Amino acid sequence: MAALIETEDLCRHYRSGAEMVRALDGVDLRIEAGSFVAAMGPSGSGKSTFLHIVGCLDRPTRGRYRLAGEDLAQASVDHLARIRSRRIGFVFQSFHLLPRADALTNVELPMIYAGLPRRIRRERAALALEKVGLGHRMGHRPNELSGGQQQRVAIARAIVNGPDLLLADEPTGALDTRTGEEIMALFQALHRAGTTILLVTHEPEIAAYASRLIRFRDGRVIEDRVQEPRRAVEVAP
Amino acid sequence: MNVLARPPAAAGEERTVTPLPPLPHGQGGLSLPEALAAALASLAANKLRAALTSLGIFIGIAAVIATVAVGAGARERVLASIQSLGANLLLVWGGNVRMGGVSLGAGQRPNLSWDDAQAIPREIPAVAMAAGVVRQQQQTVYGNQNWSTTVTATDPDWFAIHEWSLTEGRFFTAEEAAAGRKVVVIGATVAENLFGDESPIGREIRIRATPFEVIGLLARKGQNPMGQDQDDTVVMPYWTARRSVMGAPRAFARAVSTISVKVHDGESMREVEEQLRQFFRQRHRVAANEPDTVSIRNLSEVAATMDGAARTMSLLLAGAAAISLLVGGIGVMNIMLVSVTERTREIGLRLAVGARPRDILRQFLLEAVLLALFGGLAGILAGIAASHAIAAFAGWPTVIPPQAILIAVATSVLTGLFFGYYPARKAAHLDPIAALRHE
Repeated sequence: MAALIETEDLCRHYRSGAEMVRALDGVDLRIEAGSFVAAMGPSGSGKSTFLHIVGCLDRPTRGRYRLAGEDLAQASVDHLARIRSRRIGFVFQSFHLLPRADALTNVELPMIYAGLPRRIRRERAALALEKVGLGHRMGHRPNELSGGQQQRVAIARAIVNGPDLLLADEPTGALDTRTGEEIMALFQALHRAGTTILLVTHEPEIAAYASRLIRFRDGRVIEDRVQEPRRAVEVAP
Repeated sequence: MNVLARPPAAAGEERTVTPLPPLPHGQGGLSLPEALAAALASLAANKLRAALTSLGIFIGIAAVIATVAVGAGARERVLASIQSLGANLLLVWGGNVRMGGVSLGAGQRPNLSWDDAQAIPREIPAVAMAAGVVRQQQQTVYGNQNWSTTVTATDPDWFAIHEWSLTEGRFFTAEEAAAGRKVVVIGATVAENLFGDESPIGREIRIRATPFEVIGLLARKGQNPMGQDQDDTVVMPYWTARRSVMGAPRAFARAVSTISVKVHDGESMREVEEQLRQFFRQRHRVAANEPDTVSIRNLSEVAATMDGAARTMSLLLAGAAAISLLVGGIGVMNIMLVSVTERTREIGLRLAVGARPRDILRQFLLEAVLLALFGGLAGILAGIAASHAIAAFAGWPTVIPPQAILIAVATSVLTGLFFGYYPARKAAHLDPIAALRHE
């Protein structure tokens, strides 16, 4: 398969007080389209920094980053915003839903910045919510939804612009084990249909659902292996 | 049917969630209506706070509108009353008669005569017309109605000099004046008191038992700058008055108390004033070391002075308004900074889902502008209401110039832009990662 993500000597250094922090220190990776990759490591290992650079929220200090063949290491702020809008979907540990907006409006948000008219936004947002099994909860606000349901809304929001890449930062961190497994089942279902997923976690049980495991330590990749993914048990949401 | 609601999939039958169709091409970026909707939604979420923040701008704009209305009303009244006297007008007052070294004061003894008034246009080419005037309080009677008013005895040119117009009838002619015909032109106040709603034209009124035919009714002018009702008068030819109403000793038989002088358009009022002064010094044979025997008033100068005072007043008001808007603007800035801090996570999320920094800037700037604009619009309404209340209760005339409303709207928008820019810029330049992690 073609490489969706390619990095060469990817470095992210920053100064913290008198100290130079090497959050990423020479990462060379290739991730093919359609993979399901889990990035693991203790906090400060560089896994989150890697996710942020891949997600165009941050730029490398040095090295190359190509997304679908396009070099983005020196891209402009506006161009990175466009890439995030069109090619990348984010899922966060704390869901990050707008509290005063209902599920449908929350899922609409990325399309507002893509400049789509309201009618198309409503249609696609409803479709995305149906795909994550929340077709019956569109008018509910986040505080009327369970944690698992909130994360499903966030996943619907992440896939609604039809991204090439789904990035998940500890997506089960705020959920109980059983709900976490449901969310992983949803990721696996998305992956089977061809979505590329990069998941950051520090829990081995969660990383086990991915088909490739990359371990970070001190800003470097210390392990990179293909594994037989654990099958998530699907439960009704 | 809900695809996820199925029981756990059997081996070999794995469920998939297919991606959405590719995103249609949008215009890219946040559209103005969307930014407006987001800004409105955010303000609606904090209604009380938005209202309190707008209050500063509201009070500032309301105060400006009300004070401008009162100021413009006062100025309009002053200008109207000055204009009602007539343009290019010089008034000559007699006086400064000295008897044995004692000054008797201006106007104490008539030293102006009918012949002076006749001579002025001949001697001074810049003067168009001059009319001598004598006034006297008299009782006027019509049927069983009577009214005490000022009789103005003058030349027919007086109407043109003071720019009177008629509601009904006509002015008296030079022939009628020369012949001493018993005709009068009456002011609106007199007509009201003697005739009520009846037309006075052709009626006979009596003054000191002499009957006069009313031939004209003057259009209403209102008060002059000294606060006198200019419409409370009966105007008759000078020689008619001398014969029938205002008998005088032989020495004063040709005397007038003031002379109204109309200067040609485009002539310097100052120069003509000086020429008039010299004219009277010669005519009254005033020695070089003696003071003038007449005083001359230039009403355009009075108007300019009053207008200047009104302008200074407006400037002071504008200064006060600027300060209140500054305070209001700082309030907007303060709340926008609080709002940016509170919504840091939301900003982070918006950036993560594809907002450009300029989209965030636009949204927050719009929010600040809306805050200021709401305050401004409410302030305009309150200012208009206040000016009506002032007009109703204090009896001051108020005028709201349309451009004041436009300026108020523009000022509120500019205040929002100016004081909203820094917080909006701060929001737009947030680091998305730090913003997402903000607690």
